[in-house]
Amino acid sequence: MKVVVCVKQIPDPALPGELNPTTNLLKRDGKLILDESDSYGVEMALQLVEAAGGGEVSLVSMAPNNEMSGLRTALAMGADDAILVSDENLAGTDALGTAKVLAAAIRRLSPDLILAGVESSDGYTGTVPEMVAGVLDLPSVTFAKQISIDGDTVKVQRQTEAGYDDVECKLPVLLSVTAGVVEPRYPSFKGIMAAKKKPVEALDLQGLGIDLNTVGLVGARQETIRVTEAEERESGEIIVDDGDAHQRIAEFLGELKVI
Amino acid sequence: MLLTEDQKKIRLNARNFAKKEISPYIRAWEKAGSAPRELYRKMGTVGLMGMTISQEYGGSGLDFVSYVLAVEEISAADGGISNMMSANNSPVAVAIEKFGTETQKQKLLPFLTSGEWLGCIHLTEPHTGSDASAITTRAVQDGDEYVLTGQKSFITGGSTAQIALIIARTDERKEKNGITAFICSTDNPGYKVLSKEKKLGHRTNDTCQVAFDSMRIPATDVLGEVGRGLSVALGGLSLGRIGVAAQSVGGARSALAAAHRYSKDRKTFGKAIIEHQAISFKLAEMATQIEVARQMYLYAAEKHDAGLDSTYEASVSKLFASEMAERVASAAIQIHGGYGYLEDYEVEKIYRDVRVYQIYEGTSEIQKIVISRHLDKIDL
Ligand SMILES: Cc1cc2nc3c(=O)[nH]c(=O)nc-3n(C[C@H](O)[C@H](O)[C@H](O)COP(=O)(O)OP(=O)(O)OC[C@H]3O[C@@H](n4cnc5c(N)ncnc54)[C@H](O)[C@@H]3O)c2cc1C
Ligand SMILES: Cc1cc2nc3c(=O)[nH]c(=O)nc-3n(C[C@H](O)[C@H](O)[C@H](O)COP(=O)(O)OP(=O)(O)OC[C@H]3O[C@@H](n4cnc5c(N)ncnc54)[C@H](O)[C@@H]3O)c2cc1C
Repeated sequence: MKVVVCVKQIPDPALPGELNPTTNLLKRDGKLILDESDSYGVEMALQLVEAAGGGEVSLVSMAPNNEMSGLRTALAMGADDAILVSDENLAGTDALGTAKVLAAAIRRLSPDLILAGVESSDGYTGTVPEMVAGVLDLPSVTFAKQISIDGDTVKVQRQTEAGYDDVECKLPVLLSVTAGVVEPRYPSFKGIMAAKKKPVEALDLQGLGIDLNTVGLVGARQETIRVTEAEERESGEIIVDDGDAHQRIAEFLGELKVI
Repeated sequence: MLLTEDQKKIRLNARNFAKKEISPYIRAWEKAGSAPRELYRKMGTVGLMGMTISQEYGGSGLDFVSYVLAVEEISAADGGISNMMSANNSPVAVAIEKFGTETQKQKLLPFLTSGEWLGCIHLTEPHTGSDASAITTRAVQDGDEYVLTGQKSFITGGSTAQIALIIARTDERKEKNGITAFICSTDNPGYKVLSKEKKLGHRTNDTCQVAFDSMRIPATDVLGEVGRGLSVALGGLSLGRIGVAAQSVGGARSALAAAHRYSKDRKTFGKAIIEHQAISFKLAEMATQIEVARQMYLYAAEKHDAGLDSTYEASVSKLFASEMAERVASAAIQIHGGYGYLEDYEVEKIYRDVRVYQIYEGTSEIQKIVISRHLDKIDL
């Protein structure tokens, strides 16, 4: 079985982010790390391949400056190889442009199954996976919390507000994996050393055969017009326990109608 | 010393592991008096339990510098757990890889490196620690077995480990050359845990008194040559000492981090206490001592990796780092004022944890003996 996981490499959320004031885009010149949202997809893919008794997990990522630190982390977890798309002309690409690029890379791999995160931690439009499926003309199931493969069929528990739906679908298919549904393994030291030698194919737009006019700022149909600071939240109410704190907390929650 | 990209990645991985899998649970584990067995399996999966052991035997095949960097990271989260990790890696796994027969290596190392089994080292006895040649636990040959009788004390992991590396006397007449190393399962009916000590720090692990009650061990479980047991136990000693220096730096560094955070929050006389020069200078001195200690243990480890003798550097680094850790932890408490004395603040625990670094793997006094004996050999 061949599984492709879309992994986004993002600026480290622990470090303060910065916007370019003229373009309103997030600065991505530093080192990028594996988006935690995608570590669940990687873990899920590794588990599915283990359960199938063999196969291959390939990664696909689009990132500036040939940045592959995040990919190496996913390779250290156990993925086999990766395609990295990086090109100066990708600056300013919107979600659809990203989907076109990822789809072109995925096509080269002809996978049985494609996994992605439900939404990334930095852009979080939550639209790329379905757009990738659209471009590839594949079915897609969102919010997968459990996945099993039975022959040429995938069975998915699709998380809903109330519980989950059981969904079945013929392969190949694209699934977006809900964050937190599996526990991503730590890369082992052996994995880290082995990851250095795993193949990462670095492609630019030409190598992928993508028309420059359909991606990047020129191809983007989405534009960030304005960025405003998030409003500062008012500090919460501090309840000091004079013996009746439990009642006052219950009243407070009652007023908010949460209990 | 400049670290390689690989060494930085190893350190980061160990740090991430410690932050997620150890730090949040420390208070509960201290109370419980032990860390869960499952933790060591997780550490094994990452590769923390057999870092320098060859991949052929399930280890990570890394250099010694990477190993001590990881020890610092685990120790920064908890001293007791870092000591369990250390005992397992070196002396136990390292000694088996270095002195073991092929059969012993294949039988033991995959389990020790995966964290499936834990290893402990039995050298100290109730009447003797610093003078290892004075041990009296006896191993008498009886056909193809040895029969061990005696008592060991201060054994880290003595009741949780599966594999014991035991140093015992096989010949009364030869002092240093009458000592032999044995590998034994702690399931052996003659292996009796007498007590689990209550102690100042390192409360997440078990320090035990163990008695061997006519314990029978097959002669094939001798590790290394008969009569050469002290080299097995002490051969890895400079590794152990560099490891303790790394443990010391780990504890001290966490104390500094806590004190630095606190000094920015706490206000007296109208300003944050870090704005008082007496406090900021104290923090600067702490940082300096930690940095110096870290560079020294890395240098000692690098020398070992280069195949050079590092006995002197190991003792220098252990002596300085372990005493530094107590000073730094004490300064961190001072910066916290009265709060630093309370269990609620992590510096209280660090202070308790770091004290032992001046005692095990050779006390400060023993390090001074080693260092002073080298003074003739080095270019002063
Ligand atoms: C204004 C703007 C400027 C941009 N500039 C650049 C740029 O200079 N260079 C550049 O490379 N990209 C650039 N991008 C693309 C951007 O980083 C995202 O990849 C894209 O917008 C996806 O949006 P999202 O993060 O909301 O994805 P979501 O839809 O929230 O992500 C869901 C899942 O889709 C997958 N996914 C999303 N993005 C990627 C990716 N890039 N690679 C692999 N998998 C992915 C992951 O599995 C992720 O969990 C830009 C985007 C915008 C809107
Ligand atoms: C938490 C903990 C964990 C331990 N884990 C292990 C373990 O896993 N396995 C194991 O085998 N042991 C272990 N030990 C034992 C430890 O190695 C010994 O306690 C240590 O070697 C000191 O020996 P001792 O306690 O017998 O002290 P002694 O040797 O009795 O020393 C008493 C004092 O005399 C000083 N002294 C001794 N000789 C001289 C000299 N020639 N000149 C000057 N001063 C001298 C010492 O420095 C010390 O201050 C552990 C100890 C502790 C506290």
